[in-house]
Amino acid sequence: MCRLAAITSNNFFSPMENILALETMKEGHDGSGLGLTLKGLGGEFKDLTKYPIMSGICSKKGIKALDDYMKKNGFRLKHIWTPKIKPVKGIVPRDYYFARVYDYPSSCKDKSFSEKEGLLMNTRIALRNIGESDESIFVFSFYPDVITIKEVGDPLELGEFFGLDSDGLKAKVIFAQGRQNTNYQIYLYACHPFFIQGYCSMTNGENTAFVPIREFLMSRGFTGYMGYNSDSEVFTHILHYASRQLNFPLIYYKDVITPLKISEMENRKDSGALRLIKQSLRPLCIDGPNMVIGFTPDGTCFMVQDSKKLRPGVVAGVKGKYALMSEECGVDRAVPKRDKSMDIFPMKYDMVIISPGAEEVKVWNQLQG
Amino acid sequence: MEPASGLRLDHNHKLSLREFPYIVRWRDDRCKRCGQCTAVCPVKAIEATVKVQRYVSSEGASPAPKAERKVIQIVEQVTDMERYCTGCGACTLVCPNEAIEPEFNPQNKFLHYKNKGGEGYKRGGRRNDPSISTLDRLKFTRISMLTDPALDAGRHEFRIRTLLGRILPPEELPLKIENNKLSINKDSAKFIPPVREIYPIMIGSMSIGALSPPMWEGLAMGVSYLNEVEGMPVVMCSGEGGMPPRLLKSKYLKYFIIQIASGYFGWDEIIHALPHMVEDPAAIEIKYGQGAKPGDGGLLMAQKVLNLIASIRGVPQFIDLASPPTHQTKYSIEEAVAKMIQSMSMAWGFRVPVYPKISGSRTARAVLNNLARNPYAAALSIDGEDGGTGAAYNVSMDKMGHPIASNLRECYLDLVKQGKQNELPLIAAGGVGKKGNLAANAAALIMLGASAVSIGKYIMQAAADCFGDEYNRCNLCNTGKCPRGITTQDPKLYRRLDSDKVAERVVETFKAADVELRKIFAPMGRSTELPIGMSDGLSTDDKAMAKRLGINYAC
Repeated sequence: MCRLAAITSNNFFSPMENILALETMKEGHDGSGLGLTLKGLGGEFKDLTKYPIMSGICSKKGIKALDDYMKKNGFRLKHIWTPKIKPVKGIVPRDYYFARVYDYPSSCKDKSFSEKEGLLMNTRIALRNIGESDESIFVFSFYPDVITIKEVGDPLELGEFFGLDSDGLKAKVIFAQGRQNTNYQIYLYACHPFFIQGYCSMTNGENTAFVPIREFLMSRGFTGYMGYNSDSEVFTHILHYASRQLNFPLIYYKDVITPLKISEMENRKDSGALRLIKQSLRPLCIDGPNMVIGFTPDGTCFMVQDSKKLRPGVVAGVKGKYALMSEECGVDRAVPKRDKSMDIFPMKYDMVIISPGAEEVKVWNQLQG
Repeated sequence: MEPASGLRLDHNHKLSLREFPYIVRWRDDRCKRCGQCTAVCPVKAIEATVKVQRYVSSEGASPAPKAERKVIQIVEQVTDMERYCTGCGACTLVCPNEAIEPEFNPQNKFLHYKNKGGEGYKRGGRRNDPSISTLDRLKFTRISMLTDPALDAGRHEFRIRTLLGRILPPEELPLKIENNKLSINKDSAKFIPPVREIYPIMIGSMSIGALSPPMWEGLAMGVSYLNEVEGMPVVMCSGEGGMPPRLLKSKYLKYFIIQIASGYFGWDEIIHALPHMVEDPAAIEIKYGQGAKPGDGGLLMAQKVLNLIASIRGVPQFIDLASPPTHQTKYSIEEAVAKMIQSMSMAWGFRVPVYPKISGSRTARAVLNNLARNPYAAALSIDGEDGGTGAAYNVSMDKMGHPIASNLRECYLDLVKQGKQNELPLIAAGGVGKKGNLAANAAALIMLGASAVSIGKYIMQAAADCFGDEYNRCNLCNTGKCPRGITTQDPKLYRRLDSDKVAERVVETFKAADVELRKIFAPMGRSTELPIGMSDGLSTDDKAMAKRLGINYAC
């Protein structure tokens, strides 16, 4: 089962912290991939947070197509970050890894942020469509203040490969996944974390209800609900759908993916609304042994899981730095100095929510509301 | 032509027993001539008669044959096609010595002759096709293994429930946010349709009249027990023909779906009972078609219209009660169906889901799309060709109709295309449990996209030992001579049926199906929500079938 390591902090830190945490959970991932999503960027991106950043991988042919497309659509390149690749045995380097900062086309300067988000997503999907068949272009995210890195290999070796130990790449929220490839081919678009318009999540556990959930999302008429090379991508899209499209407060993500029984809703003051949500979003009940770690556009991080998850994840840390991980050994590596008695292992009704800047941890109980 | 004088009359004008669908095997050596078999036979296919037999015997050391003539009593099958043996086997049941048994004759020419007086063969039961149905060719092949732990069907908590009623799309929910909490926006004028949480296997429409009093009562008691004692919200449809007034005014009405069909039988009583109802019914089903006999209306033969039935239905006794093939008010689907749904909804203050039932058809999607645009349509029930009936022409039952599997699947996928797969529940019926695999057939239909399934024939067999099968066994439902007492109004016949036993068997059947559904869902890792549309869980060993249904091919 995939291993997950998320850290949220009020200070900038290196993704190597996540990778070293993953290394302690090594028996649980098989080197079939690493995914990193960084939010709240520091270093060279610190002053560029309002500009969208495109993260991806291109072949030589692909980068030309990408450049042409971006120019044609009026995006102006402001800054380029590329990792300093160190050859590592077993990792086949691709031509061009990048995080490119763009300025919006002048035509959309006065548009609302929501409209800009639409443009960014459509641009990402258009580039994916151009380069997916021949694998000349992979674009993982295109959004302000977010960078995504994905590659096949062992996480620690990939950290070395990308030179993340010496690079100044830092952020305040970093999600990392060490893949254990199961029922799908090793493919970069199948690698967590998944990101869409400010919402990100990563998951472990197989998704038994994948097909009906995918069909429901794809029939919402929203172009971003596509891909699904991994069954876990739906968890991110459900988060986006509930929070952004339906405008539900974050806690209702739990009520959507793991709804209460009607008899359990009685103690909730919002039971009337809950009943309607349970009915109308019935196909989005995940009904599987999954644990989800996610963040929202404001930097709030959370962990939630289905009652069938036999081994809960863990959330622990100190004020200003919290780790949300699939294994406790990962937390020990990331935040060793802490009061372990305060570690949180969320149970089936719990949703652990960490406020932006890792200021406060709340355990929200679904039964009590 | 006159027979030649002195010659024995030949029998060439008679049918031979080889033309009959069942040949009665009677054993002289075992029979004690008690006469029970001939008395019980519902069609008088056998009779006691006498024959003269010639015995040749010899005594002494050397052969000295002596012929002797004796008159013996025998049980003989008649060769009158109007009294053909239906193979019900009631004779075998009553025989104390196992001396008699009907045997299916695959070479029969029954349908060549069963049209006397220019009248086509009418019967009850369902399609006489014993082949393996599509539903029984589907298997569950997505088994959770090491990457995803399977559940324990015995110990894990399962919620096998479904929704009946129009469900609002999430984008249209009348919700508002206050203090980071959602609540229903009461200022919104949005209509919130009624939705029931029910068990996904329903008992389909079988009327009082088609069924005998103890049979209908047994089903009703079983359903009430399942709800009140077992906590299983099983619902049952009344069929066309009303309901007992006492039940209409009782608290148990909430477990019943009341059907209105083209004859409107029983609706006078129902409307008059409306002001006295203490509970709303589970739903209202508007019957437009029946899978067993698409295009035909309901039919209750005169011999079944006795006093009780006549009074519930508000008609005179002993007349054929034929419902027209279509509702007389039906002008177009847009107008008439919508009006009917509106009227029924209005009668109960829009508190009761109202949905149409149609027979499986190539045109089902057209109906579906109309309903999808009607915000008051609560569901669509599709009844496939393997559904049963109390009376119909054999040709309608055997040759008309559409199999449920692909019909249901294409309707579901049509809804998926429109993003309405959760808004308009599909109820699938027709051949569920045909070979006894109730839970497996139900689960397969659910994974193809059904929100619920409906059963009729299966529960008659499981709860009341109906003799019928797909070899035209018995199928006398239309005649009022049901040897089991299930589909008759003759007290001499229906006293054979104990309503308490029927109720007990209904409860046992549903409890067993519930366990079996868990045994299917548990290894597939599903326990919280019904796996509606989880088509990746299914496979078949037929490539064309897999392609048509959009499921896996496995061999």
